[in-house]
Amino acid sequence: MSYENQFTAHTQLKLSPFFKRTSKLNESQEWRRWSGFLAATNYELHHENEYFAIRTKAALLDITPLKKYIIEGPDSQRFLNRLVTRNISICKVGQVMYTPWCDEEGKVIDDGTVQRLSENKFRITSAEPNLNWIQHNATGMDLTVRDDSVSTAALALQGPNSRDILNEVASDSLDSLKFFWMMDTTFGDISVSISRTGYTGDLGYEIWMDPKDAIAVWDLLLDKGKSFGITPTGLQALDIARIEAGLILLDVDYVSSRHALIESRKSSPYELGLGWAVKMKKKDFIGKAALEAEVVRGPEWDFVGIEIQWHELEKHFRKAGLAPGLPSTAWRTSTPLYKGSKQVGYATSGAWSPILKRYIALAHVKSEYADEGSELMFELKVEHYRKLTPAKVVKTPFFDPERKRSCLA
Amino acid sequence: MPGVKKYDAIVIGGGHNGLTAAAYLSRAGKKVLVLERRYILGGAAVTEEIFPGFKFSVCSYVVSLMKPNVMRELMLPKFGLELLPLESTFTPLDNDYLLRTADADQTYREIARHSLRDAEAYTRFGPLMGQIGMAVRPILETIAPNPIRPSLSDLSKTKKLLDHFKTLSSEQFEYLTKLMTMSSADFLDEWFEYEPLKASMAASGIIGTFMGPRSPGSAYVMLHHYMGDIDGAFRAWGFQRGGTGAVSMAIARSAEYFGADIMTEAPVEKVIVKNGKAVGVALENGDEYKSDIVISGLDPKLSFLKMVDESDLPSDFVTDIKNFRIRGSSGKVNLALDGLPNFTCLPGDGHHLRGAISISPSYDHLEKAYDDAKYGNFSKEPYMDIILPSVLDPDMAPPGKHVMSCFVQYAPYDIKGGWNDQKREAFGDAVINTIARFAPNIKDIILHRQVLTPADLESTFGLTEGNIFHGELSLQQLFTMRPAVKWADYTTPIKNYFRCGSGTHPGGGITGSPGEMAAKKILGIWS
Repeated sequence: MSYENQFTAHTQLKLSPFFKRTSKLNESQEWRRWSGFLAATNYELHHENEYFAIRTKAALLDITPLKKYIIEGPDSQRFLNRLVTRNISICKVGQVMYTPWCDEEGKVIDDGTVQRLSENKFRITSAEPNLNWIQHNATGMDLTVRDDSVSTAALALQGPNSRDILNEVASDSLDSLKFFWMMDTTFGDISVSISRTGYTGDLGYEIWMDPKDAIAVWDLLLDKGKSFGITPTGLQALDIARIEAGLILLDVDYVSSRHALIESRKSSPYELGLGWAVKMKKKDFIGKAALEAEVVRGPEWDFVGIEIQWHELEKHFRKAGLAPGLPSTAWRTSTPLYKGSKQVGYATSGAWSPILKRYIALAHVKSEYADEGSELMFELKVEHYRKLTPAKVVKTPFFDPERKRSCLA
Repeated sequence: MPGVKKYDAIVIGGGHNGLTAAAYLSRAGKKVLVLERRYILGGAAVTEEIFPGFKFSVCSYVVSLMKPNVMRELMLPKFGLELLPLESTFTPLDNDYLLRTADADQTYREIARHSLRDAEAYTRFGPLMGQIGMAVRPILETIAPNPIRPSLSDLSKTKKLLDHFKTLSSEQFEYLTKLMTMSSADFLDEWFEYEPLKASMAASGIIGTFMGPRSPGSAYVMLHHYMGDIDGAFRAWGFQRGGTGAVSMAIARSAEYFGADIMTEAPVEKVIVKNGKAVGVALENGDEYKSDIVISGLDPKLSFLKMVDESDLPSDFVTDIKNFRIRGSSGKVNLALDGLPNFTCLPGDGHHLRGAISISPSYDHLEKAYDDAKYGNFSKEPYMDIILPSVLDPDMAPPGKHVMSCFVQYAPYDIKGGWNDQKREAFGDAVINTIARFAPNIKDIILHRQVLTPADLESTFGLTEGNIFHGELSLQQLFTMRPAVKWADYTTPIKNYFRCGSGTHPGGGITGSPGEMAAKKILGIWS
């Protein structure tokens, strides 16, 4: 089947260097906005196949719209260590760290990964533009900050077969590349960096390249990946996978403190389940004093996974004469959580997990009700009527396969 | 003709605030008469067919701060209120342009073309201003308390207003303080670096004032413009289908629906004052109408120095009114066009023509324009806020033709040697030449040109000194000080004589607010 000249369109949105390919492959022509870019919602008319590519084969996603900044210079480690909550001084060359960063009040501004490209060169990714904040805090330090968002294109290759595909394509073996580490290699004569990172909680990689090589890399991966089930995948499938992995999303699960109009919209790392990423032993970092005080006080909120209990859910629908109404896609509508008659939290995103066969959600819950096993009531709409149905606080990630971290060599 | 009927209230002036007051009083069951000097209603919010087939919002040309409750309570949508979004601001430059639209992604991308830092800062700036505006806005919706001898209700009113400021974070409070005191240029310099962006934003801090972007106090006027909302979305400007006169007509129809009598070509000569009490009005033609109260929709100067005798007022108050600053600083040029202007920096008839076109390439452009005015000349290269109403509403011009509305600043009322025909045309030429710098085809497509100087605004529309806001929106003339302390609650030193125009709190713009609040104050006294 030929896709030539079937569809011509115009847009005011930005186009990624992969658009020449993705626009032809997108059979649904369903697009979302991502940082002002046109990004595929799903390539097929239904996202199910793409979701299962993430979990059983290999999914290829264009993640170019991510914001990226290069920080380079003698003070770059000192600076990043001050900027983010993780300890960057122990981040080795070739290592990657996931971290949030905060304002002086200890409220999260954004979250992303820090890649140590060399002794004095880092790349930091973020969901929103952070150039002003980075530059503002770099005053007086011996380093340069460069917006790398457009100068580097990126793909995510996620799923159990992703390593096999890269081993076919890359001149170096990926077998010994550890979780949250990266390496430079070549695809033929094209230089790329590959990090073992992703937003799916599965075995997976992110490939960083010069935009001029984008089409060649895409073609190569699709060609060599064919027999491994490589599948161009959109954001709809990714959204389910990231909820299963318990990974938060800015502007869905939390609001950047730089953009929150009212204090109650802001969250500390502790209130987002990111306490593990706050390294209090570090001498100093932005927000440390406020976070120390919060630890003493005890955080007001927790961020947890909940599972909406099947049995009662089914009963609600049966009463209405219906089979259980499950969301076919991930939802992002804030949904109240109760303990008795009192609202004690709200779920910010949720999905039916096709791999776990569980109805799961990510939720902000008042700390005293957030312990594992805590039973809450989730607001559910059954045929136009509001019902309350039980939901239990459970551990995240909901889905955490061994292959995510394991190495072959 | 209503003849010798006695009215509960007479409103002098059929501008949009006078009509609003009349509508509210009628709605409360009062018998109201509105007397308008001109042949047409609306005051400065008026649509006229100046040139056959071409309709113009002759003076006031956009709607932003129209109060949502006024629209609802007076059922204005039923009577023809139709506000179309003005969705962008286009700043043409000599070799480039800046286009801000309603879409955040598009605007980010466009500003990032000039400055990545500004694009990022801009995403924070608007919401922050909106949040500060939200804390300040209750002041606009409160009848000014008497700060000299506050009553109990004045005190609780003041406390309530202060409570709104508690919603502000410390960062927001800091910016509020700066907005109240700084110049818009200094304020924006703290946020942005790209000159055309800063200048275009600063422009909203000088509209209708006799200040430049570097004058302290201009930042507040900028905030005032951020308080506008349409359908709950802050900072949205709208264009009324049929021009701003259609807003006035919608209010007039609402007033009539509630039972008001409205007369045009009925100029009032004097308010009849007996024993310190207003008892009616005398028209220029000698007719007299009696009423329990009289409400003036005119500016403070006309209301107190022309409509009544100074001897009926306390002398201190007369001094306050004489000192009230009402210097006109702007003119209006309305063009009937054979086609659309073609901007060199962004040719064609794209989306950029659907919104405001701001001639504000730099601070210096604005400040130099102000310098001319300071020394008694019109700006050789003025600041302009231009819209093309016919692009939004094809009914404004014959098919294929267009109308162009140019708000022009500065044109001082007190121009050296006074305004005359020759100066008016020279001012018009300066406007056309400035537009031609960015859209050279403008000179070839003009079918008709109407130039209104502050002197014309005064003689035609009764705006003293041509001031579009019935008095400058500077801090010393707002809230409890508009127009004078103790008399900022729509009452006057003359019993049963009230005021309801833009020269009362909360001031200028098509808001309906002074009219509404005056009516509510009067109804409160009545009951």
